[in-house]
Amino acid sequence: MAKRTLIDKLAILADAAKYDASCASSGTNTRSSLGSSGIGSTEGMGICHAYAPDGRCISLLKVLLTNFCIFECRYCINRSSSNVERARFTPSELITLTLDFYKRNYIEGLFLSSGIIQSPDYTMEQLVEVARALREDHSFRGYIHLKTIAEADPLLIEQAGLYADRLSVNIELPTETSLSSFAPEKSGQTIRKAMADVRLRIDAQKGEDASKSHRKSNNAPKFAPAGQSTQMIIGADKSTDADIIETSERLYSGYKMRRVYYSAYSPIPDASSDLPPISPPLIREHRLYQADWLFRFYGFRTDEILSSSINGMLDLEIDPKLSWALKHREWFPIDINHASKSQLMRVPGFGSRTVEKLLKARRLTRLNLQDLIKLAPSVKKVLPFIETSDWSPGHLTDSEHLRARYAPPPEQLTLI
Amino acid sequence: MISVTLRSETDYSEWRAAARRLLQHGVPPEQTDWRGPREMTSFLDDLQKPWGSLSDTNTNTVVPRAFPELAERVLCHTDPERFAKLYRILFRLQSDPLFLNDSPHDDILWLHECDHAIRRDRHKMHAFVRFKKVGEGRFKREQFAAWFEPTHYITRLTAPFFTRRFPNMDWVIITPHCSARWNGQILTFDAGGKKSDVPTDDALEEHWKTYFQSIFNPARLKVGAMLSEMPKKYWKNMPETALIPDLVASAKVRQNTMETHGVTAPNPLASRLRSNQYPPPQIPDTFEDLSEISDVLTLCKNCDLYKSASQPVMGEGPDMSRLLIVGEQPGDKEDIVGRPFVGPAGQLLNDCLKQAGLIRSEIYLTNAVKHFKFVPKRTARIHSTPGSVEIKACNMWLQKEIALVKPEVIIALGATAAQAILGKAVTLEKIRGCPLPTKYGPTIFVTYHPSYMLRLPNTNQAMEIQKTFIEDLCQAALYQKPEK
Repeated sequence: MAKRTLIDKLAILADAAKYDASCASSGTNTRSSLGSSGIGSTEGMGICHAYAPDGRCISLLKVLLTNFCIFECRYCINRSSSNVERARFTPSELITLTLDFYKRNYIEGLFLSSGIIQSPDYTMEQLVEVARALREDHSFRGYIHLKTIAEADPLLIEQAGLYADRLSVNIELPTETSLSSFAPEKSGQTIRKAMADVRLRIDAQKGEDASKSHRKSNNAPKFAPAGQSTQMIIGADKSTDADIIETSERLYSGYKMRRVYYSAYSPIPDASSDLPPISPPLIREHRLYQADWLFRFYGFRTDEILSSSINGMLDLEIDPKLSWALKHREWFPIDINHASKSQLMRVPGFGSRTVEKLLKARRLTRLNLQDLIKLAPSVKKVLPFIETSDWSPGHLTDSEHLRARYAPPPEQLTLI
Repeated sequence: MISVTLRSETDYSEWRAAARRLLQHGVPPEQTDWRGPREMTSFLDDLQKPWGSLSDTNTNTVVPRAFPELAERVLCHTDPERFAKLYRILFRLQSDPLFLNDSPHDDILWLHECDHAIRRDRHKMHAFVRFKKVGEGRFKREQFAAWFEPTHYITRLTAPFFTRRFPNMDWVIITPHCSARWNGQILTFDAGGKKSDVPTDDALEEHWKTYFQSIFNPARLKVGAMLSEMPKKYWKNMPETALIPDLVASAKVRQNTMETHGVTAPNPLASRLRSNQYPPPQIPDTFEDLSEISDVLTLCKNCDLYKSASQPVMGEGPDMSRLLIVGEQPGDKEDIVGRPFVGPAGQLLNDCLKQAGLIRSEIYLTNAVKHFKFVPKRTARIHSTPGSVEIKACNMWLQKEIALVKPEVIIALGATAAQAILGKAVTLEKIRGCPLPTKYGPTIFVTYHPSYMLRLPNTNQAMEIQKTFIEDLCQAALYQKPEK
């Protein structure tokens, strides 16, 4: 077999990494290379340097160090029994590639993960070495996201956090039962223990920062300044949306996750035979993200979001906020001139930015329909749920046909 | 009519000087005529008076703090009306300082739309500039060049970003209206240029394109989402976008192939790899010492709590302690750290032990239930009391710990611990503070759990309970056998 070129390896190892949804490069501390011998900067806001035709942002060079793997997670393209082509970067190849891409302004940094080779500790050491070399040997100040291997020694995870902006370990599936049947070598408890170790270090860092705040800034590396995240695969197993949302809430509350990513299970080449050979459930994934936003930023409790679900599944045709509102009409109509912020946040069609605008504008004037049209992007959607100085929805709020206003028309059956 | 003809499209100080002079003379917006450098003059100009002819009265004008920053950005917009509109807003602000908050007003809507457009354009320039390597200078310092076509006049506003990011390479970014050059020392701006000023290719472009097409998932085609964030107007200067038509066209076929492709035989390597990985661990019947318990406790599935906790929290302390204290269950902090009594209740327990003259490191501390039971609530996990099922399921571990430590006195903190030790639900107040003999041999004391004191809203009452609690600890300690 001819020796693989760097381009061959890149093709294999990027293809192997594309099922991880995260590509965020935001939320870390501010860094600049001015006045140093280094390269790279981060300014809080993430930057998406390109978009692939799947609509996903390309912010980081997202690759595996190797796609050889001793684990047999059945949903994974890299599981040991898969016949996918295998490759492995040397750390120096990957470091050079990262820096070369960065200098051309193609990327914000590196998102490095790996199949598990030899042992979890050995693999984790390799990942940490790449991050260490970028930071220490090349003074790289760009963004680094390292995937942590849950089974690895906590000391390695601690080192990883000193070089990486973000650490993540994927919970993969929401329930223990699913995990043990789809990923026999993984255990939910081991994964959560790894998340706990990361939270412990982040909490300790916060404590140190608080006690140092009166002194001048210190240049000691911060532990994972962009926090931790995780990912759940949607639709590979039989878990319901309720299982998923409840698991998410436990992860956010227990481990201070910055994000829980939902990744619709997507058919992979040479898939395991017991997995659904279906199109990825993209709408379901989208509804889960909306639900996630509702409980993190819109003041909804998870049981409220799930109150309109059927058999634990969210409505696919309309978004979860609208679905909740249709079930809880007693909340409406809400008077946009007098309602509290938390009430306004519950109006279907109002995002947090619109609510901010309304609150600001109503300090100066009583808002009428004309004002609302200028400030809110989807007035038609909100009308049945709100009142202005010159608009009241009357019976519309309680109309039994209200859902039909929003849901897509039923698909016509084709006659054969 | 007063005319203002600006020499620069984007120079805020020039616009500000003119606007300030007009304000000093109270010139209303409708009597001003603002022109950018590229706008035509007309024969009507003779009827107008240039702003420079107005005298400087040296009076100050006041504006809300947010305005200058906004105006500086909005001046970079390509809207030819911006000079006049900004003056109109500035003029109105003199009599109505809250005008900027009047978000439904057309001028304010316009202002925020422009600002948004500038921010977005800047952000896209940060993202979509593509440097090409043009050579190396002294000491192998790398030199790069990029051609970029922003929508607005944002090159000056945006170039400093690249100095923070790439101070140690020489670079030039050429745009139609302005070019920015960095030599490692200073950032200079010059006239705009042409696409042909920058070389067409770069050694790494093939790698980048390979990455772009490999990271794309054909089963998730969402062209609209891509276009809304990466509009076509930017494509011509981004090498990877040349691949998009083919990637889109072949996506469906690739997806179908994946879905219909039969499963191939498992990679023969797999069986060899897996055969000696992770032999399934077993929980033994008997234990020689505490560390053996600790090793297998993570395997415990006696109840459902392992499904959401981070780890079981094993007891801690010398293996021949004369005093053994049993709490209820690990809390949020204990679940994260993996050690008993390290949270707020643990802190209080430490204080009370000290006041009772006891030394924590000489005591074996454990919990009736080894996993954290909780209800998630937004950003916190709220403790929930373990039920009889969990207490029973976990009792085997507690009994094994007691059997190995062989304490002389056991102190149970709270009702759950008492239930675990006594084997039945009890009313705490009825048995608190009295020695209870048991079948294991050690004397048992039941007292409050320190978290009870933390939960009491009334500080006086909490102090009272704490006093009793310390007395209970002292009394229990007396039942230790005298040292031999």
